[in-house]
Amino acid sequence: MIFYVIRRLLAAIPTLLAVLTLVFVIVRIVPGDPAIAILGDRATPAAVAALQAKLGLDRPIWEQYVTFLGRSLSGDFGSSMVTNRPILTDVGAVIPHTLDLTIAAMLIGTIIGVPAGVWAALHRNRAIDVAARLLSLIGLSFPVFVSGIFLLLAFALHWRIFPVIGNANLADPVDRLTKLVLPAATLGLVMAAYITRVTRSAMLQVLDEDYMRTARAKGVPWRRVVWRHGLRNAGLPVVTVVGLYVGILIGNSVLTEIVFNRPGLGKIIVGALNQRDYTMLQGLMVIYCFLIVVVNLLTDLTYGLIDPRVKQA
Amino acid sequence: MKRLLQNPTTLVGAILCVIIVLGAVLAPWIAPYDPVDQSILDRLQPPGGAFLLGTDTYGRDVLSRILWGARISLIVAVTSIASAILVGGAIGMVSGYIGGRVDLFIMQVMDVMLSFPSLILGLIVVALLGPELVNLVFAIALTAIAPFARIARAPVLSLKERAFVEAGRALGFSHARVLFVHILPNIVSEVLVMGSLWMATAVRTEASLSFIGLGVKPPTATWGGMMRDGFEAILDAPWLSIFPGIAILMLVLGLNMVGDGLRDATDPKLSGT
Amino acid sequence: MTAPILEVAGLRKYFTVVKGFPRPVKTIVRAVDGVDFSVGASEAFGIVGESGCGKSTAARAVLRLIEPDAGTIRFAGQDVRAASGAALIALRRRMQIVFQDPYSSLNPRRTIGQTLTEPLSVHGVARGRAAKDQAAALLEEVGLPAAALGRYPHEFSGGQRQRIGVARALALKPELIVADEPVSALDVSVQAQVLLLLKDLQARRGLAFVFVSHDLSVIRWFCARVAVMYLGRIVEQGPVARVFSAPRHPYTRMLRDASPIPDPGKRGVLPRVVGEIPSAAAPPPGCHFHPRCPRASEICRTTYPAWDEGDGHGTACHHPHVD
Repeated sequence: MIFYVIRRLLAAIPTLLAVLTLVFVIVRIVPGDPAIAILGDRATPAAVAALQAKLGLDRPIWEQYVTFLGRSLSGDFGSSMVTNRPILTDVGAVIPHTLDLTIAAMLIGTIIGVPAGVWAALHRNRAIDVAARLLSLIGLSFPVFVSGIFLLLAFALHWRIFPVIGNANLADPVDRLTKLVLPAATLGLVMAAYITRVTRSAMLQVLDEDYMRTARAKGVPWRRVVWRHGLRNAGLPVVTVVGLYVGILIGNSVLTEIVFNRPGLGKIIVGALNQRDYTMLQGLMVIYCFLIVVVNLLTDLTYGLIDPRVKQA
Repeated sequence: MKRLLQNPTTLVGAILCVIIVLGAVLAPWIAPYDPVDQSILDRLQPPGGAFLLGTDTYGRDVLSRILWGARISLIVAVTSIASAILVGGAIGMVSGYIGGRVDLFIMQVMDVMLSFPSLILGLIVVALLGPELVNLVFAIALTAIAPFARIARAPVLSLKERAFVEAGRALGFSHARVLFVHILPNIVSEVLVMGSLWMATAVRTEASLSFIGLGVKPPTATWGGMMRDGFEAILDAPWLSIFPGIAILMLVLGLNMVGDGLRDATDPKLSGT
Repeated sequence: MTAPILEVAGLRKYFTVVKGFPRPVKTIVRAVDGVDFSVGASEAFGIVGESGCGKSTAARAVLRLIEPDAGTIRFAGQDVRAASGAALIALRRRMQIVFQDPYSSLNPRRTIGQTLTEPLSVHGVARGRAAKDQAAALLEEVGLPAAALGRYPHEFSGGQRQRIGVARALALKPELIVADEPVSALDVSVQAQVLLLLKDLQARRGLAFVFVSHDLSVIRWFCARVAVMYLGRIVEQGPVARVFSAPRHPYTRMLRDASPIPDPGKRGVLPRVVGEIPSAAAPPPGCHFHPRCPRASEICRTTYPAWDEGDGHGTACHHPHVD
């Protein structure tokens, strides 16, 4: 297992470098001069040159690249060129909100999705299964800003059960929780739809296996066969796909935060876009890169826990 | 085809898609009003009466804007996914066919693109390039290239080991002929099935970008843009958010249902997975 | 043997596999490790051996479907390994291959007509109507109706598909056909029909064959000469009748005794098969066969035996059986 962990850690390095390179390329392929884009067309040449020097844009491209990689890897994500605050300060301030939202959504997604998927697979092609499939397809089809607005309209404006705005006071647990319910439901329901589908199809494949029939034939209670033998083997594809889902989750959380006006990475990124805060955008993308690489790493390590074969491979 | 439409999921999905496509194509003739014509006197009219789905803050007819907005959604979805299929499909096919280190490297690059959150990628590309239709298509196509490279590569890996490919080489066929005449027809259906599912994603991404304010510029009607305007007036005029939301849902759901049905038809064992 | 059309000398193909962490281990699989043989014009030459002995790799290397690492291949006096571009394409017209699996050897998305006319048009032999007529004639030659042209592979049985595979190999009028286990995937009753077809074509067209099989009875019936391969090397070679009636190498003897004999009266003691075939990645030192060999002595464990050509029935063994 220890070799497996080391190997995964080593394998994450090139991925991280590659993602960082992607960020660098994306930011540089923009036609035109970022300095002019930031300052506007009427900026004086002197101002443009000063900004270029400040951003390091006057140096050769490979030097910019090496500097960028070096800074990113040493955890220096730069600072906002609008407020001059380090990006990590701004991000650190909203992390509790983002974590609240993400963890709550994952809980909702798993608690609804896994049992629903297993249940649907066990009743394949019966009414329950058809309903589960249709509902999960509808859930997947909702862009989160649409479902968020619909939930907002229904529960905050029509029935007035939950507050409209989500800027919670972190010190007040009741406030924190009530303001979390609608955003977490928005994000969690899409995730539940996704997990239902993946669990169902993974279970269907496993249910056909001979060892399931054998376990049943030798008298193991069916409930135990499903949960012990079935779900454990269906777990691997589920974890894989849920790991892949993180990219979608990040995008969805941005939209959710906008709809519910919650502080979070999403709001920061949109603010940076509106203010053309070029260094902030780059820094945020670098932070996303680290996030993705870490999640991929965790996914791989979870494999090792679920599937003993992986460790030796 | 007949068998496909007997599947109720596909049938409903196809009907939803046809309704939207017809609405988009016939918009100039069936839309009751001009989608960008402002009318101060008719501001924020609730649904019913002269305006079936009401009017927005500028007095524009919501129904007409939804019909015209369908055009943007469909144009962006079709062109971006078609380009992603062409570029990503070609990358995946060639990469899988060549194999070895080249394939390993290309797929590593694709994995990196795949792991990057697609909405964030699209958001930043559009923000940097400017909110134009072409840039939207480019951004969404960019996010879909990697998945299509993967989808196209997988079957090529097994097909190239088949004896008929070796036979082609023994007969002196060029690699291009083997790849495009012999392997390509065997993967088209798989790629197209994923195409309809990814079109659903493209519609969602376009709407999301428009909602954030990075869509085709106003006053052009887009569904995401309408949601954005409606969201600002949500206390006074909830219909401004509800109807475009339903339109987006109809199209995305329709495309997903068709894609699901197609996949069931190509691989019955995975029914509904 | 007539003047050779194919001469192979010192043919070698190693595959490298790198595996393991933290210390990657590089394994070299010696699939074909110095193989010499030659095939006369219109001659049927067999290569026999257990699975994994490298016989298919050797056959494919001759056509350069697998690029060999070393050795010379001469086809009608021409250096096959040096050929490239147009010269290689021209050579490929003269050497063709028939595959083992009739299911994967035909493109499921192309009609039989397309499969058969494609080589004709690619090589500029015939197009359109003329190509179609030639394709129909090819089908007739392998015993299928011309109506099959418009149909798809899945509409045919395994035996019929193998006939189509043969027709495709014949399309460019080759002089040599490499047949890689051409009947192993077929039902026994169908095997005979396809073998008869191949024999008939050999006589009618004067084709030379490199016939790869693990089945001694098929080789015995079809081929004039045979090479027995074990772990990448030829251990015995000669006329089929002599090799199988009086094998010199203990391995050939073991193979022969293990294969069913048509006359139950002749069956003596049940064949004695000793041990498993070792991996070509780690062949035993000395003679590769010594761990399974009843005649092995000390020298067999250390030194690979030299080739003794004998009187056209050669072997590589320290203790050959003498007739």
